[in-house]
Amino acid sequence: MNKQLYITGICKISDNNISLNGKSVFSNPKQIPVNEFLKNGYRDFKTQYPKFFKMDSICKLGFLTVEILLGGNPSIKAYPSELVGVVLSNSSSSLNTDIDFYETIKDTENYFPSPAVFVYTLPNIIIGEICIRHKFKGENVFFVSEQFDPNILFNTIQNIFAFTNIQCVITGWVELLNTHYDSFLCTIERINNDEETVNNDIFDIENLSNIYLK
Amino acid sequence: MQNLIYKLKQEIIEALNLEEMTVDEIETNAPLFMDGLGLDSIDALELTVLLEKEYGLKIHTAEEGKQILYSVRTMAEYITKNQKV
Amino acid sequence: MIPVYVASDCIITSLGFSSKENFEHLKAGVIGLTKTGKISVSSTPYYTSHIDFDLVESRFKEIAQSSAAYTNLEKLAILSISESLSLSNLNIKGEDTLLILSTTKGNIDVMQNELYTLFGKHRLYLWESARWIKDFFKMTNTPVVISNACISGVLAIILGSRMIRSGQIKNVVITGVDILSKFVVSGFHSFQALSPNPCRPFDISRDGLNLGEGCGTIILTSDEKTIADSNPILIGEGYSGNDANHISGPSRTGEGLYLCIKQIVDNALTTGKTIDYISSHGTATLYNDEMESIALTRAGLAHVPVNSYKGYWGHTLGAAGVIESIAGIHSIKNNLLIQSAGYTKSGVSQAINVIEKTEEKKLNTCLKIASGFGGCNAGVLFHKR
Repeated sequence: MNKQLYITGICKISDNNISLNGKSVFSNPKQIPVNEFLKNGYRDFKTQYPKFFKMDSICKLGFLTVEILLGGNPSIKAYPSELVGVVLSNSSSSLNTDIDFYETIKDTENYFPSPAVFVYTLPNIIIGEICIRHKFKGENVFFVSEQFDPNILFNTIQNIFAFTNIQCVITGWVELLNTHYDSFLCTIERINNDEETVNNDIFDIENLSNIYLK
Repeated sequence: MQNLIYKLKQEIIEALNLEEMTVDEIETNAPLFMDGLGLDSIDALELTVLLEKEYGLKIHTAEEGKQILYSVRTMAEYITKNQKV
Repeated sequence: MIPVYVASDCIITSLGFSSKENFEHLKAGVIGLTKTGKISVSSTPYYTSHIDFDLVESRFKEIAQSSAAYTNLEKLAILSISESLSLSNLNIKGEDTLLILSTTKGNIDVMQNELYTLFGKHRLYLWESARWIKDFFKMTNTPVVISNACISGVLAIILGSRMIRSGQIKNVVITGVDILSKFVVSGFHSFQALSPNPCRPFDISRDGLNLGEGCGTIILTSDEKTIADSNPILIGEGYSGNDANHISGPSRTGEGLYLCIKQIVDNALTTGKTIDYISSHGTATLYNDEMESIALTRAGLAHVPVNSYKGYWGHTLGAAGVIESIAGIHSIKNNLLIQSAGYTKSGVSQAINVIEKTEEKKLNTCLKIASGFGGCNAGVLFHKR
């Protein structure tokens, strides 16, 4: 029985465009600010999740990317919750929100630290919001690297499948700072049915890198 | 008091990012936590910041907080009673 | 199975500049928490555990030509790696060595005016900080940075040991570090999570956490030649998991933490090991300690001696998982259970076995657990050969 890891779904959001498995599924003119664009995307996909509006921008981005990714691959929801892991990465950590929080404390005459903003000053909260929404209880990691690093994601995920019972990992890159944003998430699953694999790329460093760059 | 209640509802919507709610949809007497609006612990903390920032009022204990933040009405009553003009 | 050894380690906190110095203070019951008001955000100063950076500066100058180019965080990291290196035979410049940096906020103090002018926005990026540390030691490989709230340190140990066990790398230098800052103290203050007293993990009168700053380095290796220690401790299995419940409050049933602990306990059973001692997360908030007691009990570990080091060092965030693991490692090496500082009477619903006084006990294994914002949890097992 040949159990191989495959990339079974891909969702990318950048330049006010959302693509699922290589096809554009939603688009807005480039002038619309990212927060507006994300809310428009949320509404367009008829997501029913009021907590979305409490999230900071980068969590909205990660959340929406997973929402659409899983919309295109609903069989992921059939895995037992403790067997799905989330391994994400970016460059700026939570800097976008750090700057917002700093605004609430920098002026000693107007010092009102906001708990609702502070809670988002950690990058792994993106993972937290995704796990809460989809009830994923498996392995979690958040990496911070200058650029998208397929090596660390590949090595980490290979090890997760080798040393734990995890059956599926959602992985990729969720970056947002000021007006620049860029997310790329995919589902990695262990498949051993040859017929199912014909449309999927094998999970390796080269494929992961090529899909991100496309 | 009605003006204050309206203003408070607007402030709550903004402070808690209740994007899809309108002022009319927030019932003045309904509980803000548990049932009613179903706000959580971070929302409670954010409302204590709101009271301090906009009205100069501090909440000193969790018990006190539970009573003051029970509903929009209890918040308005507390502000009316204690706000330094 | 490729073994993963602890080659050496170093803790830098308010209680000293080496693991030995810190452990001696733990044995003697010395608390590293003070009410200096070094960072003051409220009218009553909080207890914090802070490091004397004048001392850091003078020690740094002993190993570096210039110190002006490095931030306080980087100096701590470099000093602790340097000390760890001196206790091992590792060639840190080799291709088979990787640095993993664990930190929640990195150089967040650089947001403040004077430091911003000095270091610039670029230094706020965590990978930039890691690069300065890597370059100091002329390491070959690009460092890995993990920023996953308070489980970062334990996660770094788990991931680093899996990399060695799978043959991807031979040596991993894991450094967990965070500094006190107005940013972080303000945040926890807004959460009403800070105690105005020295914190009391698991105790009935616990009323919040104390923040601390610290740095821990642990060097892992599969190569026995790298180790100077004649009886090195080994890293066993480790796992992470999510509560999938709330972004800042822990699960009432300790779900995510329970799932991690259960996997470790099940594995231990298959290799004939028992869990002899637990180094907990124990932040002294009402909710965390209660949740941990539930998770431990659900996993059948209510009887196992458990302590929290946060009564000595405060909560050192990205450093916590590493320094509290090192303390656990030294506990089993010395067959010594360290008293859980701040504890006199149980304040959790489950009857867990909190260590009330420092005493000798034969110990072979230590379970280190941690939980963090975002509903994340992790656990890892250390054991004697």
